[in-house]
Amino acid sequence: MNEPLKAYRRILLARSLLLLLLLGVIGTALLVDIMTGVSGLTSGDIVATLLSPEEASPVTRVIVWDVRLPYALMAMAVGVALGLAGAEMQTILNNPLASPFTLGLSSAAALGASLALVFNIGIPGVPESWVVAGNAFVFAMLSALMLDLVARWSGMNASGVVLFGIAMVFSFNALVSLVQFMASAEALQGLVFWTMGSLSRATWPTVGALLVAFALILPFSMRDSWRLTAMRLGEDRAASFGIDVKRVRLAALLRISLLSALAVAFVGTIGFIGLVAPHIARRLFGEDHRFYLPGSALVGGVILSLASIASKSIQPGLTLPVGIVTSLVGIPFFLAIVFRRRMQ
Amino acid sequence: MLQIRHLAVAYGRREVIADLSVGNLLPGTVTALLGPNGSGKSTLLKALAGLARTPRGSVTLDGEEILHASLERRARRLVYLPQSLPAAVHLRVFESILVAGHAGAPGSTQSRPDVTQVYALLQRLGIAHLAMRFLDELSGGQKQLVGLAQALIRKPRLLLLDEPLSALDLNYQFHVMDLLRQETAQHDLITVIVLHDVNIALRHTGHALLIRDGRLRADGAPGRVITPAALAAIYGVRGRIEHCSKGTPQVIIDGLCEALD
Repeated sequence: MNEPLKAYRRILLARSLLLLLLLGVIGTALLVDIMTGVSGLTSGDIVATLLSPEEASPVTRVIVWDVRLPYALMAMAVGVALGLAGAEMQTILNNPLASPFTLGLSSAAALGASLALVFNIGIPGVPESWVVAGNAFVFAMLSALMLDLVARWSGMNASGVVLFGIAMVFSFNALVSLVQFMASAEALQGLVFWTMGSLSRATWPTVGALLVAFALILPFSMRDSWRLTAMRLGEDRAASFGIDVKRVRLAALLRISLLSALAVAFVGTIGFIGLVAPHIARRLFGEDHRFYLPGSALVGGVILSLASIASKSIQPGLTLPVGIVTSLVGIPFFLAIVFRRRMQ
Repeated sequence: MLQIRHLAVAYGRREVIADLSVGNLLPGTVTALLGPNGSGKSTLLKALAGLARTPRGSVTLDGEEILHASLERRARRLVYLPQSLPAAVHLRVFESILVAGHAGAPGSTQSRPDVTQVYALLQRLGIAHLAMRFLDELSGGQKQLVGLAQALIRKPRLLLLDEPLSALDLNYQFHVMDLLRQETAQHDLITVIVLHDVNIALRHTGHALLIRDGRLRADGAPGRVITPAALAAIYGVRGRIEHCSKGTPQVIIDGLCEALD
């Protein structure tokens, strides 16, 4: 008797444990990430420097605290931000191909960055070191606002929003190409490197900004988790359950825009996470958004942390741009998941 | 009870529902909404659910105006099930019903169902064995029963269903209609369903509304309003009502009317 009830409670417990496990994996990956590199420091040195920085030598302190730590934290922060943004986006647009990048946010950011890198066009009053990131953020947010306008104007039709997003991707990419065409060889190099996505731009202020934004946004996502789950059953149905579908979708779009604009502004284009983390999370947690949303964030964090480690280990002495590694390492995983499902 | 007075719905200039009034739809009765394609059945149902864009007139449920009420207020009194089955998502049946109960529940946790209520409902509908299955592995008929459970967990007073039988085989058609009648009677629901099959209306419902071109053409007991004359006027078909060896009335269609409008 009551077998399904017991089964359901077991499932809830298993999911909670799985979240904890992922949290543990992220912590471990973070540590390994900090220890990976070519400084010749031993693990013991690094742990000692982490625990008591004032006793370490200045060089070690700088390497651990100003290079390794922000770098590793940024990998995790960008991963969780894009994981969460992608999960919400696939739900509100009811499209498994949606990700913060399908909507042209990263292309817009690249255009903003290219204007700064090639023509030195920036927002007045922004300090020198923040000009590129500032431009990227402003452009990403502008594209999100445009998307929002179109969404309101077209009555929030999900497929219309996706198509408009794709149109934006192509428009911004064309404009970036135009800027590249006009750029000097030196500026071109900088721009190409920017678009590859690299964690080496991480600094304490940028890592802090992203982590704070994530911490502020996650509770709002979780508050909408029942509503978002219900929207998976169909919009009409959700509306009939008393859910203001348009309002839920707009709120989610705002959260997604903020998270992905910040991420792309700080590290450039890392496109794969927002698409794949939600798929993996769906397999692991199902679509109850109380677990699926934090699950997707954690999966995103794990993937990018592992990719960060890989980017430093593949060719000792050389740190590959993490955007490249993410796709190369992530795609086999992704295909395995997709095809395993097809086989069943 | 449900009363509709001078209801009108227009899409742009095209009037889909015109000055439609229905006296009383009583609790405990399943009402069939019949009419040809494009007659305004689905629009009427949506208007009752408050999902039509610019409805005029008045719809009252137990004396309370619902046509212009807030989404939240309406959601507490009524549930509308669209024609589509619940989407094939990777949610367990049990979860999907829990979600339906939780999702629109405003603030208070009291109105939210707990897991035991969900389980009790599944047993009542005879689908407890599906509880842990995923929605994306159910058959159409099973999905429709789950859809019904998603509606009933909200304990509505008014239950609106748009063609709940359209994708179902004979067995599930009977199953769904039996459950609807049983739930409607036991819980004093006012149930309105859009139907295409006049025989099912005749056999399984207690009341029928016949609609054509957005106007109400007949309103009454199915056995009384489904007549050869009505079939000709509403559907443009030549039909007769025969009684089978068990005495059940049966609509037989012989062909199309010569001149359709």
